[in-house]
Amino acid sequence: MFARLSRGRKVLLGALGALTAGGAGVVTALHVSVSADEFVHPPPLKWSHNGLFSALDHKSIRRGYQVYRQVCSTCHSMKYLAFRNLIGVTHTEEEAKAIAEEYMFMDGPDEEGNMFERPGKLSDYFPRPYENDEQARAANAGSLPPDLSYIALARHGGEDYIFALMTGYCDPPAGIDIRDELYYNPYFPGAAIGMAPPLYNEILEYEDGTPATLGQLAKDVSVFLRWASEPEHDQRKRMGMKMLMIFTLLIGASYYMKRHKWSVMKSRKIAYRPPN
Amino acid sequence: MSFTQTIYNTVFRRTSSYALAIVVGAVFFERFFDQLGDGLFDYMNKGMQSHMQATCSKQWKDLKQDLALRQSSDEDE
Repeated sequence: MFARLSRGRKVLLGALGALTAGGAGVVTALHVSVSADEFVHPPPLKWSHNGLFSALDHKSIRRGYQVYRQVCSTCHSMKYLAFRNLIGVTHTEEEAKAIAEEYMFMDGPDEEGNMFERPGKLSDYFPRPYENDEQARAANAGSLPPDLSYIALARHGGEDYIFALMTGYCDPPAGIDIRDELYYNPYFPGAAIGMAPPLYNEILEYEDGTPATLGQLAKDVSVFLRWASEPEHDQRKRMGMKMLMIFTLLIGASYYMKRHKWSVMKSRKIAYRPPN
Repeated sequence: MSFTQTIYNTVFRRTSSYALAIVVGAVFFERFFDQLGDGLFDYMNKGMQSHMQATCSKQWKDLKQDLALRQSSDEDE
């Protein structure tokens, strides 16, 4: 059909096509340039649990719990984590019980219908620093400290982002004004974050004697939050490895079975002998 | 009678003995396979040697050992 068109029409159609393609290209380029981010993406770090079959570093999780407990928990809740979740991951049962008993929980009603306070049990969830979001905002100049239970899954970059955020505080570059209650952090979307730099060198003392540098604190709390978001992490990788092993065997066996069953089909010969 | 012949006559020939062999075999195979898998996973997660801790492995059972060591050394003091 195209061949039958006159020369002028061919040129016209060609020009139209080129215009459409060029227009689409320009629109795409403009769109890409507009959707450029105004914050720095966290660089991927070499976590010791990065490998396909690499478990989380539980000593790091334990230190990270200490960081959360002594620093983060003053503002951030972890309402989906219970003290019992620590058993067999970072703490023994006795330790977890002792930790739970440090906090008082509202329970009840008792026989007279009154609520009462009792020390925490293993089944209690981590206590919350604020009763509700409004109280949290009011106490933090309008910023809401997010719940950290699943934060490593809830932020792009996961633990890379958390580490970058913890260590990324710096003075704002020239030309960027930051309001009084906010802080400049290039890794935070929008770059103005309500959280004051939370970690410093030697802000706490690790019970296992690890030097509590800013990098160490940030790394440990990042690993802890990754574990909290993904408590099945180790089991998942363990099962994944076993799955790959068993399916390798089974695929081999299936292939052998297939060849075995088909050998008859493939080697037989059907001949037609016409009656004489 | 060759070995395969013996196996055939004792195990594969009757459905009853064949089914029994499958069940018993599954139990032993699963136990073997699980331990092999766990052993491999533990081996891969041994971690690096370090002077700072008694063991520098990553998993909970290693941490548990460390905690027990720390506790017993506390009691000594």
